[in-house]
Amino acid sequence: MTVQGESAEHQWVDDHAGPVVRPYAVTRGRARPVTGTFDLISLVTATRADVSAEVGLGPEHLAIVGLCQRVQSVAEIAAHLDLPVGAIRVLLGDLVARNLVQVREPRTSAGLPDNSVFEAVINGLRAL
Amino acid sequence: MDYGHSERPAGATPLPTAIKILIAGGFGVGKTTMVGAVSETRPLRTEEVLTESGVGIDDLSGVESKSTTTVAMDFGRITISDDLVLYLFGTPGQDRFWFVWDELALGAIGAVVLADTRRLADCFPSIDYFEGRGTPFVVAVNCFEGAKQYRLDEVQAALNLDPGVPVLLCDARRRESSKEVLITLLEHAMKTRDARRTLD
Repeated sequence: MTVQGESAEHQWVDDHAGPVVRPYAVTRGRARPVTGTFDLISLVTATRADVSAEVGLGPEHLAIVGLCQRVQSVAEIAAHLDLPVGAIRVLLGDLVARNLVQVREPRTSAGLPDNSVFEAVINGLRAL
Repeated sequence: MDYGHSERPAGATPLPTAIKILIAGGFGVGKTTMVGAVSETRPLRTEEVLTESGVGIDDLSGVESKSTTTVAMDFGRITISDDLVLYLFGTPGQDRFWFVWDELALGAIGAVVLADTRRLADCFPSIDYFEGRGTPFVVAVNCFEGAKQYRLDEVQAALNLDPGVPVLLCDARRRESSKEVLITLLEHAMKTRDARRTLD
């Protein structure tokens, strides 16, 4: 981190930097996760029922573990924690590195899924 | 590592597969309305904070001079089954956020382009984008009260669409109508995929 003292802090709190300040304070200045890519619809589930505070984990990490007792997408986690997706990706990287969450990446390769997937979705929609 | 907690049994079960459909169209055409009409909860909002060149991990110098933009996306979830979850994403309205579209379109199984006949040109960029990318899409004309009703073939001609692209009327506020749009899209996407396979 090259930000030093209070004068640097003032530079953050201008109109342009405004939305950046809190998210990247939460990630302690990191813009990229230590591991993983995390698509918006990557699904995340906690591997443990609860995690107590430990060194390197902030309240937002614990909040994600709490939220992901039910399977959630990266986008949903971001929405519920009211943080930008970029910050959530960093936090998820930390949790993956500690085996506290399990992630399933969506298929993003070229081509469309099989009929079984389409039919399941169509039937699911009809049943709504 | 031992955290002193037992593994949750659910952690052993396979996670569901997630798929996504995009809801595109001009500003105020009803994208979020449609997302809300069929989703299991009210639409959620997620934000990407973007800087011109991205924020480097160790390079915070000059951050104050980079312009940052927040791009908001509204989305909803439909749990189809224990192993399948569908997400609907409303695309950001402004053309300058194309790079967000690229991320959204990656892996999307299809798109709904919502159109308003009073401002038909607003949906041109969305149509161009999905045509160029080869993403299967349908055009759903959201029937606003007070708007002149056009025949579907008139809309199709005005949009200069490929004859195979479905065009249908809808009321984005209504669940049944929005469901019909999504089902039409899924059927069209299946046909598109089969046609491409035949060509290969």
